Amino acid sequence: MLAERVSEPMEPQPYRVIEVRHETADVVTFTIEPTPGIASMDALPGQFNMLWAFGVGEVPISLSGLRPGGVLVHTVRSVGTVSEALTRLHSGEIVGVRGPFGRGWEVETAEGDDIVVVAGGIGFAPLRPVVEHALANRSAFGRVVVLVGARRPEEMIFDEDLLRWAVATDDIAVEVTVDAAGHDWSGHVGVVTELVGRARFDARHAVAFVCGPEVMMRFATRSLQERGVPLGRIRLSAERNMHCAVAHCGHCQLGEYIICRDGPVFDAARLLPLLTVRGR
Amino acid sequence: MTERTIRDLLAEHEFFAEMSPEHIDLLAGCGRNVVFPANTAIAHEGDPAEHFYVLRTGRVAVGIHMPQREPLVVATLGPGDVLGWSWLFSPPYWRFDALTTQETRAIALDGVCLRAKCDADPALGYRLMQRFAHILVQRLEATRVQLADLYGKTHAG
Amino acid sequence: MGSVVIDRRGFELLIAALQSRDYKVVAPTARDGAIAYDEIGGVSDLPAGLTDEQEAGSYRLWCRDDDALFGYAVGPQSWKRYLFEPKTVVFRAQRVERVGFVRAGPSDAAPRYAFVGVRSCEIAAIGIQDRVFLGGSHADPHYRARRDAFIVAVQCGEPGGTCFCASMRTGPRAEAGFDLALTEIVAGDRHEFVVEVGSSRGDDLLGQVPSRPADSSDLGAARAVTDSASERMGRRLDADGLPERLAAVLEHSHWDQVASRCLGCTSCTLVCPTCFCSRVSDTTDLKGLEATRTRTWDSCFTLGHSYLHGGSVRSTIRDRYRQWLTHKLSTWVAQFGTSGCVGCGRCITWCPVGIDITVEVQALLAPLGPGRPTVSPGAGAPVEPAAPAEVPR
Repeated sequence: MLAERVSEPMEPQPYRVIEVRHETADVVTFTIEPTPGIASMDALPGQFNMLWAFGVGEVPISLSGLRPGGVLVHTVRSVGTVSEALTRLHSGEIVGVRGPFGRGWEVETAEGDDIVVVAGGIGFAPLRPVVEHALANRSAFGRVVVLVGARRPEEMIFDEDLLRWAVATDDIAVEVTVDAAGHDWSGHVGVVTELVGRARFDARHAVAFVCGPEVMMRFATRSLQERGVPLGRIRLSAERNMHCAVAHCGHCQLGEYIICRDGPVFDAARLLPLLTVRGR
Repeated sequence: MTERTIRDLLAEHEFFAEMSPEHIDLLAGCGRNVVFPANTAIAHEGDPAEHFYVLRTGRVAVGIHMPQREPLVVATLGPGDVLGWSWLFSPPYWRFDALTTQETRAIALDGVCLRAKCDADPALGYRLMQRFAHILVQRLEATRVQLADLYGKTHAG
Repeated sequence: MGSVVIDRRGFELLIAALQSRDYKVVAPTARDGAIAYDEIGGVSDLPAGLTDEQEAGSYRLWCRDDDALFGYAVGPQSWKRYLFEPKTVVFRAQRVERVGFVRAGPSDAAPRYAFVGVRSCEIAAIGIQDRVFLGGSHADPHYRARRDAFIVAVQCGEPGGTCFCASMRTGPRAEAGFDLALTEIVAGDRHEFVVEVGSSRGDDLLGQVPSRPADSSDLGAARAVTDSASERMGRRLDADGLPERLAAVLEHSHWDQVASRCLGCTSCTLVCPTCFCSRVSDTTDLKGLEATRTRTWDSCFTLGHSYLHGGSVRSTIRDRYRQWLTHKLSTWVAQFGTSGCVGCGRCITWCPVGIDITVEVQALLAPLGPGRPTVSPGAGAPVEPAAPAEVPR
């Protein structure tokens, strides 16, 4: 039973912040690279890392970008002590990283199909690598449809990417919507699920990637179903209280699943029944 | 491209997808083509609501005017959508402002004409009300989801 | 490696042999009115001549009319506290210029344990935690370092009033998972132990102790001890198809009924030998130069357990009791390939209001009449006398 020294799964590795971008009033995207001597990780779209603010604590944050040379991008919203500390990081500073964890989007399994990305709020962050993967391998996929919702225009993250995709790329359809706006907003106003009904894609040969608040994912799934996308071809990213990320601590259980190990990405046929049991 | 009649345009529109050709013929008699340049007010809260618009291209922002605040857009409508149900009721007045944000092409159906045909042909009236009820339910559902303030502080990333 | 018989003196030598091999010997002792595990100096530290009386919400030690060393069932503690400690420093870091931080201090030094008096249900519980901490893609180094403990099992002769290991097929006889297994035989002047050997290091240790080979009457007497125990289980639970049957009653009104009694105090999860939830907290020294990450036991009965930014997913006691019970008996199977319950009965005994998992399951699975379910034992309702359980072999 007693074997070689096992590495400590709770030990963060030091990464250096090389770029910081303020997306909105409380959302920051930062790019990090391993410090010298730290092996770079092979992460996949949809996976997450545990980000550690020295002495403050740790939070699970999905990858919002994967760059060559082990360079990683995370997008964090300030909602608590730890995430607030992370949004205050400056270029050159150090952040602790454990990961990558979890089962990702597995975008490559959608090759040959239309890709429909439905994102809400900060839920757009883990989906950006899906769009980037699809664009980098454009010929492998059918239509690429990106539908993004936010509360207000000024709370829309990755607006530069959206603009670039919408303007510079002619074989990707980008639609954005907000819950309410002023007259200077040129996008849609309404919920992101309404965009699903209007978007152009072949429902029978599409794979949908959905991430956002749980309610939004439930409604988006219903809209996709109404369009004719089977539940088994709708992928959702679940959120629970991930603490250890290695399936030891019990916090991120959802019914028979341990989200950090079995997810965070699930197909809707498996996840949806669990999301509709209250208090689970 | 040959000139398409109001009837053709209605028949192609999502809103009338499940209506019979006979009913579409009847409705077409109430319609005319309209084009609104960008940033044109189609409707103004409190004005008499004489028309019901079947949108073909462009985008319309439906908003509420609030004193001392920027106008608030609560929904946008585009191709495949319809604008305005105030004409259904008497007296018909617009409840919201509607402003085009792009050049918008639509078919304007005359409310008085529509009501008269629905009164004369209850089967047509029923079909039309069914379509409206469907749209209303969709918009009510969307409004409820908006009310839930989905993107409140519940996600860190 | 056939079974042998040692006497009480032989047992003392066995403990001494463990100590001479630098094992830290941990065994049952009597402390604060209960059986508690502790490091012992010798056999005289064991709770000789004591037994226990356990019921829902009650526990009491009594004197036996013999000098049996293991004449009681399990107490509130389990071996979990030695393998998966209540508090573990998992990482310490020193802030360093330029590189940010480096690991500080040596890694965890695990004690070399010998556990004496490990019951069959506890071996099963350790097996369940093995799957959690060692069975996945990430092994827990602290658990693994302690898991090599020498295990001296004791076959159960005195099941407690809340025991139902026979229902869960985890006891009372341990068949594997030990280095040595003792069956204590006390009759008149006879005080001996029939010893089964479970490993080569067990065999090696036993070689240092005077013994005689066990004959068929010794083996028969040993078998009779556990046979008798399985017939006297205080509780039973119909475990067949439990995962599926419980998954079908998630909206049963009986959850509300239990919630009206449950205090959400976390006792059941702390005494449970398989509950593994933990949280990690971060602290720094006053200068902010050294950071420590400490893992402590957590419980799904706390509000913070299911906290997501903005609130708890399981906000009511109903939600949390349901999570605990369905995890234990239902979803655990999908998660780790085994039930999370070994039938030790601790959660029943140590519940301050006497909530009984076997009774609650029975109520949840009782056939429903039209409308609201009618089975609902009230708080403090007398527990139905347990029928003798079938003992699967």
